Amino acid sequence: MAKIVVDPITRIEGHLRIEAEISNGKIVDAWSGSTMFRGIEKILKGRDPRDAWYFTQRFCGVCTTVHSIASIRAVENALNIKVPPNAELIRNIIMGIQNVQDHVIHFYHLHALDWVDITSALKADPAKTASLAASLSDWPLNSTTYFKSVQEKLKAFVAKGRLGPFANGYWGHAAMKLPAEANLMATAHYLEALEWQKDVIKIHAILGSKNPHPQTFLVGGMAIPLDPDSQNALNADKLAEITRLLKKAKDFVEKVYIPDLLAVASFYKDWAAIGGGVGNYMSYGEFPDPASGKLFFPPGIILGKDLSKVLPVDQKKIAEYVDHSWYEYAGGQGKGMHPWDGETEPKYSGPKPPYTNLDTDKKYSWVKAPRYEERPMEVGPLAKLLVAFASGHKETKDAVTLVLKHLNVGPEALFSTLGRTAARGIDCLITAGQLPIWLQQLEDNIAKGDLRIHNPDKWDPASWPAEAAGYGWHEAPRGALGHWIKIKDQKILNYQAVVPSTWNASPRDHKGQRGPYEAALIGTPIADPNRPVEILRTIHSFDPCLACAVHVLDATGKEVAVVKVS
Amino acid sequence: MTMAKKEAADSSTHSEQHFDFSRQLTERGVSRRDFMKFCSATAAALALPATFAPKIAQALDEVKRPTFVWLEFQSCTGDTEALLRAASPTVGEIVLDILSIDYAETIMAAAGHLAEANLKKVVKEEKGKYFAVVEGSIPMKDGGVYCCIGGRSAVDIAREVCGGAFATVAAGTCACYGGLPAAAPNPTGAVGVKEAVPGATVLNLPGCPLNADNLTATIVHFLLFKKLPATDGLGRPLFAYGKRIHDNCERRAHFDAGQYVEKWGDEGHRTGFCLYKMGCKGPETFHNCPTQRYNEKTSWPVASGHGCAGCSQPMFWDTMTPLYKRLPNVPGFGIESTADKVGLGLAVGTAAVFAGHAIITAVRGDEKSEGNKKEDANHG
Repeated sequence: MAKIVVDPITRIEGHLRIEAEISNGKIVDAWSGSTMFRGIEKILKGRDPRDAWYFTQRFCGVCTTVHSIASIRAVENALNIKVPPNAELIRNIIMGIQNVQDHVIHFYHLHALDWVDITSALKADPAKTASLAASLSDWPLNSTTYFKSVQEKLKAFVAKGRLGPFANGYWGHAAMKLPAEANLMATAHYLEALEWQKDVIKIHAILGSKNPHPQTFLVGGMAIPLDPDSQNALNADKLAEITRLLKKAKDFVEKVYIPDLLAVASFYKDWAAIGGGVGNYMSYGEFPDPASGKLFFPPGIILGKDLSKVLPVDQKKIAEYVDHSWYEYAGGQGKGMHPWDGETEPKYSGPKPPYTNLDTDKKYSWVKAPRYEERPMEVGPLAKLLVAFASGHKETKDAVTLVLKHLNVGPEALFSTLGRTAARGIDCLITAGQLPIWLQQLEDNIAKGDLRIHNPDKWDPASWPAEAAGYGWHEAPRGALGHWIKIKDQKILNYQAVVPSTWNASPRDHKGQRGPYEAALIGTPIADPNRPVEILRTIHSFDPCLACAVHVLDATGKEVAVVKVS
Repeated sequence: MTMAKKEAADSSTHSEQHFDFSRQLTERGVSRRDFMKFCSATAAALALPATFAPKIAQALDEVKRPTFVWLEFQSCTGDTEALLRAASPTVGEIVLDILSIDYAETIMAAAGHLAEANLKKVVKEEKGKYFAVVEGSIPMKDGGVYCCIGGRSAVDIAREVCGGAFATVAAGTCACYGGLPAAAPNPTGAVGVKEAVPGATVLNLPGCPLNADNLTATIVHFLLFKKLPATDGLGRPLFAYGKRIHDNCERRAHFDAGQYVEKWGDEGHRTGFCLYKMGCKGPETFHNCPTQRYNEKTSWPVASGHGCAGCSQPMFWDTMTPLYKRLPNVPGFGIESTADKVGLGLAVGTAAVFAGHAIITAVRGDEKSEGNKKEDANHG
């Protein structure tokens, strides 16, 4: 039986390695390993809990806001702080545009080259491409002249003989199915999306100084002052710019991303039966209403692909296992530890580098194996939409129904590689539609004279209890994200993040159950083991983010040499 | 390799192939006007007079597109993302395209051994000529097992790739000085590129993440002047890190006038008063944020109401935290004093000015002040 290794998995965040066994042209077993570890939770111990967001933000520079949000929510939960409505709305806008921008980048710049053959675009007829594009949407750039100019740029690039990042791609691969015109259309939009993403994310700069890593989060609120009469605050001028950028975001999603997604999907419908995975889905829900606290996307759990039942999420039922991860538990293996009470020490036991294979029977990853009631759970846009769909969430039901109808498939098609990729687009579409509503609410508040952005009651650590524990959840672009914190004497006693890619990229657990990536790869056809683009299709459908996924907590009272808070 | 040798190597590269940059741009649908706009922006980033713009355009016309490989080690990919947001977007993107980025895990089409083949090709065939960009720190502990790519340790890869490069740009604070992974207790023995590969020519572009405009400007500087830019004692180019944030801050007048934000969202905060009392680290930080800003000059932390975190300073994670403690209380402050004695003097001076509500003329050289003793309670 042939075992193949793909390392590095590119077009993701971080360092991921996949080993897979192939028999009769299909994957029969797979192992997902992460090969990078930083230990940020260890670094957090002993520091000011109000600083944690700034540290955890650096878990990931791609989903650059999500760990800030989860972190401040965890501290606010521990200290029982309620933030002003304006802060909640600003957070919704920041999270929402992150979600929209991230999904578009994923589709075009991280995922598309698994499905789109750029070299085939050279052979396309620009006039036919224009009529194809015009049949899908009324985007103003759907002209023959436009597609001809893109094609000429491409030709000039290829003629130089230096393909740069496109060298050695999966061009001409048997699994590539798009006609030349669709390839040209998608390639043009790949380039357009590069420009678009730079523009729309300026919303983060307006509200939070910069992107990546906006610098604006505060325990208790946000740091961007509101004042229609000030030059140095969020005023009408800046709100108008945000309005313009939100419209630009929504237009592109509606008129380019969704039509492209549907067009590409219609040629790859066989992938609606590939890449199913573990069949259990979890979402934490997101976008609180500032008045009621009710989440726009509902939280919930779906087990065994059963859409007739949505179970509530209970954080106490989450535990992490390290039987196949490079950590050790003092009490031995085989037991799961809840994030608040867990213990972890990194202990590498893999081969000494350079190596060719990891010992996948033993430990093979820096990612731990989180489980919900001992079950592996898939998280991400698909889980979020399935939970919302099964809960009867109107916006989700409408959008999902529309897409399924367009592709002429039933809901079962969602449990797949294609379903994951389609769900991301639908999620993006719904969120892009909600963003202007939150902005309007913020403007209404300002008009009423409510300029509050921060709740000062617990800003001073002297006002805190001697000990506190909390958790913060965020439904990030890649799925259910949770941070857990314990505070003692105004300092971080213990910190842990269980992030989307920890769930999805997890190795096997104490029972030998595969993680979601591993399970989803089973049955994937591989046309050419030397160019296994099919592995990338399924792995990329999860949108891996590995720097996030690898973490360690240290609850066992080891004194860490950190800055003293005077 | 000495700088003179590098220049010699460089000029030989130039003679190999003539590359017409402006024609290349035209082919990509970039107008001459847009291109000149980009050159002016670059001139501004490099702190050159605008009259340099035509010279930059000429320099770009003359060079062969250099090969770049972008390595990611213990990173969060924030610096790659920053690059994707580079200002002057259209032309910036084209410039990157024209650089021929032959290896960059986040964007490249190929994966696994196909990706590795691209890197091997550059290292073998363009030895001494290509540029390496490194993002993320390099773990040295336990044989480097905390970061492996394709079965090889980061330090092993860095020694080969950066060791064989014409020069290496350390992109972001982690690659420069170890950054976040190196913060106490540095669980993985993380270091920056220069420490991991002492023989390499390394230019540090710190920041968390770096400002992509400073990377673009560095590249143009090289193309224009045929050498790497002059640096400070911390390996940072002076054009971007030569001045203190506090000295260029748009809110400096409020500092001098004793007008401070006291609470988040108070009148001072809405008016744009100085954030010093809220923990701003601008007085200790060297970076061109106030002038260069981020996301096409949209904003920077102080302009959006949050203090500077000091992210371009080595080990700021330990020396500049807690974030919301004002400077004189920050333990270990003055880390850069060996590199820049003025910095230490001024920081203490800052405290003195603050304590006494004195005026700017009192700042410089006031090293003997005991301003920090007079510090009143910050929080509450």
